[in-house]
Amino acid sequence: MSTTMPQPVKKTIEIDSHTINFGPQHPAAHGVLRLILEMDGEVIERADPHIGLLHRGTEKLIEYKSYMQAVPYFDRLDYVSPMACEHAFALATEKLLGITAPDRAQWIRVIFAELTRVLNHLLSVSSFALDCGALTPGLWGYEEREKLLIFHEAASGARFHSNYFRPGGVSKDLPAGMEEELAAWCESFPKFVDDVEHLLTGNRIWKQRVVDIGIISAADALAWGFSGPNLRASGVAWDLRRAQPYDKYAEVEFDIPVGKNGDCYDRYLIRMAEMRESVKIVQQALKKIKPGPIKIQDRKFTPPTRAEMKHSMEALIHHFKLYTEGYHVPAGATYTVVEAPKGEFGVYLVADGTNRPYRCKIRATGFSHLQTLDKLAKGHMLADAVAIIGSLDIVFGEIDR
Amino acid sequence: MADEPTEAAGVVDAELAALEALPGVVTAFREHGALVVTTDAKSAYALLQRLRDAPEFALAQVMDICGVDWPDRPLRFEVVYNLLSVSLNRRVRVIVPVADGATIASVSSLWPSATWWEREVWDLFGIQFDGLADHRRIVTYYGFEGHPLRKDFPLTGYLEVRWDDERKAVVYEPVKLTQEFRNFDFLSPWEAMTSLPGDEKARG
Repeated sequence: MSTTMPQPVKKTIEIDSHTINFGPQHPAAHGVLRLILEMDGEVIERADPHIGLLHRGTEKLIEYKSYMQAVPYFDRLDYVSPMACEHAFALATEKLLGITAPDRAQWIRVIFAELTRVLNHLLSVSSFALDCGALTPGLWGYEEREKLLIFHEAASGARFHSNYFRPGGVSKDLPAGMEEELAAWCESFPKFVDDVEHLLTGNRIWKQRVVDIGIISAADALAWGFSGPNLRASGVAWDLRRAQPYDKYAEVEFDIPVGKNGDCYDRYLIRMAEMRESVKIVQQALKKIKPGPIKIQDRKFTPPTRAEMKHSMEALIHHFKLYTEGYHVPAGATYTVVEAPKGEFGVYLVADGTNRPYRCKIRATGFSHLQTLDKLAKGHMLADAVAIIGSLDIVFGEIDR
Repeated sequence: MADEPTEAAGVVDAELAALEALPGVVTAFREHGALVVTTDAKSAYALLQRLRDAPEFALAQVMDICGVDWPDRPLRFEVVYNLLSVSLNRRVRVIVPVADGATIASVSSLWPSATWWEREVWDLFGIQFDGLADHRRIVTYYGFEGHPLRKDFPLTGYLEVRWDDERKAVVYEPVKLTQEFRNFDFLSPWEAMTSLPGDEKARG
């Protein structure tokens, strides 16, 4: 009568696999990275990063703010190198407005972009070392970072969220005596890089943790959208400061350090070498910088001075209009990039002729780097995943936006 | 800047002409010095593949993929691909208009890095990618509904979360604003008004 269904065969399959939830609160996750790791014993079979735990809707918020109000959001993206993010937005807005910052402003931006690069690499290298068990570079690095943050504070008034690079220039001029202090720092800082290199570069334990870990070839690095030090570590001599120079980068000389193996060790070495190059750029900029205006003197884009406002009615009107309505940006779109410390940081800015950005897409550097984690970590040990994350230089402020 | 317009008046822009000649290109132009190409959703994949593989373009990297919402247009969304050629030091932007609810071919098979960018466009705009292996949301929280970067999605969102001490759980509730959302219209009335009161008298 009834056809008998074939009985399902009961089989017990033993899978020696564990799924590990790494983060989102983990000291080696560099923020709020939730990583699902499928393990075969101690070996990673699959790494699935879950991001978005720090998503604040920056792009949406910027659509509701005027161009000047949008700048502080960029400090909060890559909070380890805030001025580099502002730089991209300032350049994008300037391009749409068709204005160029005066020479002194461009030099100040170059100086602070390079200080920011050192600031970023100090934290990157020292926390990378910390992840691998080396405590001392971290302590030293923080001390050295503090010196740079004093420069940040002196110039902009804030240590981190500086709001310093504005469309049309920078917000304030350098305080008196700062150029000499910067020159003195340029003299003393390479000694610190020597010290850290002495601790790490030849260190047997450090090399065992990072050499030949997380290798990526040049072709793969390009296909996976790598940029910055991570791309250069794979042997591609690509630096936007050289290839597509902005501000005054065409007028300074510097070398582009390039790695060979594309492993964690090379990514570390590139960052150390880049800090020395940054010092060279700052030194050249200090020689070439001259007194002058620090923002364009068109009152339709940049506010007048306080003193001027006390006696000029027109200045007062300009100030009021700029801080309420802001300036109108002609309709158009631009994808403007800077060589941020972590790689290519881009802003795709669409203007519709009003005082607010119609769309502001932020091309976060770490987004494509983190995506590669599965490829890099596969077949490595659990502890190597920590080294790989450290070497990629991930900051969640910019990845999650 | 490297991407400033280099062409002199009357000189044919060779880079632009090469792009215009490609099959599937609707328009090609320079905007603020950058090369921009528009195409349609059907020919986008083939065009992007050509741009990646042809040695005269060699656009080996897709640096960014993003969406733009234009609610008033018949094809509501734009998917924007920002391509980079490291070997030729050139950038090309490919813009593909997509209708609401339509799908577009995924380029994750051309560039593995496109996977996350396309996931993000799906998450924030609700544009579906045909052939995208991993179609999960990426930046919004688990269980999120809606596509927040659409222009009709309110800035404040629909739900707010709080810790309910009695139920000992995180609860989701409709957003209650203690102060009405303040969206100031700063646009100067003088710039928006093309004819001022009294103008009709002057014009007769």
